[in-house]
Amino acid sequence: MKIIVCIKQVPDTTEVKLDPVKGTLIRDGVPSIINPDDKAGLEAALRIKDQNGAHVTVVSMGPPQAEIALREALAMGADEAVLVTDRAFGGADTWATSYTIASAIRTMDYDLIIAGRQAIDGDTAQVGPQIAQHLDLPQVSYVEGIESVSDDKLVLRRQFEDRQHIVEVDLPCLITVLSELNAPRYMSVAGVFDAYREKTVKVLTFADIESVIDKSNIGLAGSPTRVKQSFTKQPKAKGEKYEVDADEAVRIIVEKLAEKHII
Amino acid sequence: MDFELSKEHQLLRELYRSFAQNEVKPHAEETDEQERFPVETVKLLGRYGFMGIPYPKEYGGAGGDTLAYVMAIEELSKVCGTTGVVVSAHTSLCCGPIYEFGTEEQKRKYLPDLLSGRHIGAFGLTEPGAGTDAAGQQTKAVLEGDHWVLNGTKIFITNAGHADIFIIFAMTDKSLGTKGISAFIVERDFEGFRVGKEEKKMGIRGSSTCELIMENCIVPKENLLGSLNKGFKIAMKTLDGGRIGIAAQALGLGEGAVDEAIKYVKERKQFGRRISQFQNTQFKLADMVTRMSAAQLLVYRAAMKKDSGEVYSKEAAMAKLFASEAASEVTRQAVQLFGGYGYTREYPVERMMRDAKITEIYEGTSEVMRMVISSAVGVN
Amino acid sequence: MSKNILVFVEQRDGVMQKVAAELIGKAVELAAVLDEKVIALVLGQNADGIAKEAIEYGADSVAVVDSPELAEYVTATYAKAAVKVIEELEPSIVLYGATSIGRDLAPRVSSMVKTGLTADCTKLEIDPESKLLLMTRPAFGGNIMATIVCAEHRPQMATVRPGVMQALRRDCTRNGEITRFDVEFTDKERRVRILEVVKGDKKEVDITEAKVLVSGGRGIGDAKKFELLQELADQFPGGEVASSRANVDAGLIGRERQVGQTGKTVRPSLYIACGISGAIQHIAGMENSDYIVAINKDSFAPVFDVADLGIVGDLNAIIPKLIEAIKKHKASAE
Repeated sequence: MKIIVCIKQVPDTTEVKLDPVKGTLIRDGVPSIINPDDKAGLEAALRIKDQNGAHVTVVSMGPPQAEIALREALAMGADEAVLVTDRAFGGADTWATSYTIASAIRTMDYDLIIAGRQAIDGDTAQVGPQIAQHLDLPQVSYVEGIESVSDDKLVLRRQFEDRQHIVEVDLPCLITVLSELNAPRYMSVAGVFDAYREKTVKVLTFADIESVIDKSNIGLAGSPTRVKQSFTKQPKAKGEKYEVDADEAVRIIVEKLAEKHII
Repeated sequence: MDFELSKEHQLLRELYRSFAQNEVKPHAEETDEQERFPVETVKLLGRYGFMGIPYPKEYGGAGGDTLAYVMAIEELSKVCGTTGVVVSAHTSLCCGPIYEFGTEEQKRKYLPDLLSGRHIGAFGLTEPGAGTDAAGQQTKAVLEGDHWVLNGTKIFITNAGHADIFIIFAMTDKSLGTKGISAFIVERDFEGFRVGKEEKKMGIRGSSTCELIMENCIVPKENLLGSLNKGFKIAMKTLDGGRIGIAAQALGLGEGAVDEAIKYVKERKQFGRRISQFQNTQFKLADMVTRMSAAQLLVYRAAMKKDSGEVYSKEAAMAKLFASEAASEVTRQAVQLFGGYGYTREYPVERMMRDAKITEIYEGTSEVMRMVISSAVGVN
Repeated sequence: MSKNILVFVEQRDGVMQKVAAELIGKAVELAAVLDEKVIALVLGQNADGIAKEAIEYGADSVAVVDSPELAEYVTATYAKAAVKVIEELEPSIVLYGATSIGRDLAPRVSSMVKTGLTADCTKLEIDPESKLLLMTRPAFGGNIMATIVCAEHRPQMATVRPGVMQALRRDCTRNGEITRFDVEFTDKERRVRILEVVKGDKKEVDITEAKVLVSGGRGIGDAKKFELLQELADQFPGGEVASSRANVDAGLIGRERQVGQTGKTVRPSLYIACGISGAIQHIAGMENSDYIVAINKDSFAPVFDVADLGIVGDLNAIIPKLIEAIKKHKASAE
C-alpha cells in the first residue's frame, strides 16, 4: 500500500505569548513543531506500515525551513519526503493551498492520503477535505479509530459531537485524523541519522509540477479569500482585584453575585 | 572552529529532550524515592536506540558518534541522574571495550543484544582493596583446559543487579603487576558467578550498585577480551571513554538544576517581589549558567576529540573534572536559591545535589583526573 | 447576480441543531443590511418539520432536499445536495455551523464550487461600502483575530462557532415558502458507507448550554478537587463544571468540558475561573461570559485581565467557604 501523509510545520501556539506592553505576539523563540493532528496521521501510517507493510511518503507545503519537519518524519520512519515550496505558492489561502498540494500529489502514486484534522496555527480543518475534492476522492474526516485495513477498503471510526459512525470507505481515499487517534512514536536515534544520511527531502517547485497545475489557482493571486485586517484582541477593561483573606474574599464574591442577581 | 551543532545533532537534541521530558522526568522522583531501577524506561530507551548510540548499525547500534552519545546522557541526566548513569555505564564501560577490543565473533555474539537494550552491560574493575589503585587486583583467573576459572570479589559495580553481561578484570599473572591483568566477558548465568549485596547510596539511588562474587566461576576460553595480560590497558582506555559519559551526566545534572532554579525564581515571591528581581539571584544564576556552559564546551570537545581518533585522555579528564565539580557546586547553589523548599523532596534540586556528588568520585575521582591532566602536561 | 443568504440547517436524528437557529438569527441581521432574504437549507429525511422550524426562527424560505440517503450525515451526499441548491439559487452568502459536520461539508463544497471559505468565525458583518461579508475569526491559537473577505468569488462562505451568535425568539406564526430540490445519488457518493451509528449512552454534558460554569485550571491539581468545584456549581441552577486544557490533557476530566480555543466557546451568565492562569487559548473560549470571577494564587495571572472580579488567594481555602456562604445567602433570601 502506498500512503501519503500531509504534514504542516506550525509554531507551537501553546508557547506563544503576548507582549503585555505592546499587545503584539512574541514570536521569537517559539519552537516549530509538526502539527499534532498531522503527527497522529503519520503515526497511523507508520502503524499500517508496521502491520501490513506500506510505503509512506510525507508531503509538506511551506517555506524551505519546513524541511526540518520532514526530516523529523523521516526519522520517525517515513520512507520518502516531499517539500512543495516556491515563492509562487506563498500567501495561499486554504483553497489555493489545497489545490497546490493536490497538484503535487497528482504526480505521485497513492492508495491512501492521511492528513491531520486541522493545524493549530489556523484551526480551519479545511485543507484535508479540499484536497480530497480536488482529487475527486472520497473523504472521511475526524477519524478517531482505524478498525481495519485491507487492499481496497478501510473501516474507520469517525467522531461527531454526539455520536460515532463506523464507516467503510473504498480506496483510494483521503482521511483526516484527530490527535486522539494515537500516541505518536518518537524519532529513533538511528532514524535521525538515516533521515540525514540515507534519505533525502525531495523539493517540488512550481516548475516541477507545471504540467499539472494552473497558475491562476495558486498563491495569493489564486486565493479566493484575503485577510483584510488582523489585530490582537482588545483586552476588556480590567475589573476589580482583591488580595484579602478567605473570609473577606467570600464576602466580596457573595456581595457581587447578589448585586448582579446571580444568586 | 565551529560551535554550531550539525543539523543531525540538533534534531537529535529534540528527540532527547522530548523523550526525557515525557518518558523519564515523570518517573525520576519515584526512581529515587523507591531506589528502583528504571526497568521500563530502559526497555523504551532500547527501542529508540539510546542503548547503542555510538556504535555501527552492523552490530545493531544507531550508527552515531560520541557527541550524539554524550548529548543523550546530558539530556537524560537533566531530568534523572539515575537514567543517565545506567545508559552511560552500559554504553561506555561494557559495549565500549567489546566493540574496541573484542574479536569479530565476540562482537557478533554480544553486541546486537546489548546495543538494542535487550541486554544490559556492566563493568567490574573495583575491588575492596583496589579502588583508585586499580592495580591492586585480587581477583584471579587461571586457565584450566578450555576455560578460565575466576575467583574474587568486585564491589560498587554499576548496573550489576540488572546486568546480563559483565566485563571482569582479573590477575592472570600476579608477578607482572598491572601487566598481568586480563579482561573477560562474563555472562550473568555462568557457573560460579553471582551478584551480591546492593549498596544503599546517597544519590543516583535508582541505579543498581552491587557486589559481584566469583567462586570458581567458569568462563570459556574464547571469552578472554583482548590479548592476555593486556587488561589494564583495556581498563584504562575504557575509563577514558567512560569519563566523557560521566562528564555528560554531571553536565546534565547541573543544567537540570539551572532549569529548575530559573523556573522557581520567577515564581517565588518574597518581600512583595519575585526573587528573580533580586540582584543576588540574578548574579548567582549568571555564574551557574556560565559554569555549565563552560562545562558543556569541555564535554563536547572531549567527545569530538574521541571521534577524531586522536588521544583524548587529557580532554576527557578535564571534562570530567570540571563538569563534576561544576555540577556539585551548581546543584548546591540551586538548593540555596530554593531555600527551605530546596531542602525538601517536594522539589527535585535536593535530589540533583545528591546525584551530582558521585560524579566527582566514580570512574576516577577528581584527584585522579588532576593526576591524569598534570602528567599529560609533563608535570609529574 | 448572486443574492440572498443561505443557511445550512444542521439536523441530527430529525432534530434541528441549536447552532442553526443562531446562524439564522445572524443571517436575518445581515440580510436586513443587504436588503436580501434568508433561505434555510435543510438536508435530511422527512425534514418538513425542520423546514417549518427554520422559518419560525427567522428564515424567509427553505430549500429542502429530502432523501433516505441524507438521514445520517455523509460528506458526498450532503455536498452534492448542497452544491445543487447553491448552483440553482446562487446565494451571495452561505453560512454553516462550525460543528464536526459543518467543518467537513463546507470545505468540500468550497472546492466544488470554487469559492473561499472562512472557518470558525466569531463575528460576521457587512462592510458598509463594498457590501462584502467581513468574516472575523481567531487565528494562531486565539492569539490574533483576522478579518477575512472573499471579494471575487460567490458565494462568500463561512463556518461559525456554535454559541457565538444569538438566535431570535421562535415565532410559531411565521410562514414561508418551502421548495424541494431533487438530487440523484450514484455509486460515486456511496464510496463511504455507514456500517453503524454509535450514539453515546448518556447525553454528553453540553457546557455551552450552562448558565453558570465553575472552571478548574492547572491550579486544581487532582481529580478530587473537581468534586469541590461540582459542589460549588450545584449551588447555581444550570451550573456545570468546566476545565482548562491542562486538566483534560492530564485525564482529570472529560474533553467535552474543555473551554478554549481547542475546546468550546462558552458565554454563561457567570464564569468562575478557579486556579486558571488564563492562557490566551483559554481566554478565547470564555471572555464573552457575562460576569467572570477569577480565583488564583498568582496575582500576576493573566486571567485577572479579563475578570470582572479577581480574588488573589488559595482556592482550597476560599471555595469551601464560598459554598457555605452561598447556601446561607440562599436560605436567608427564602
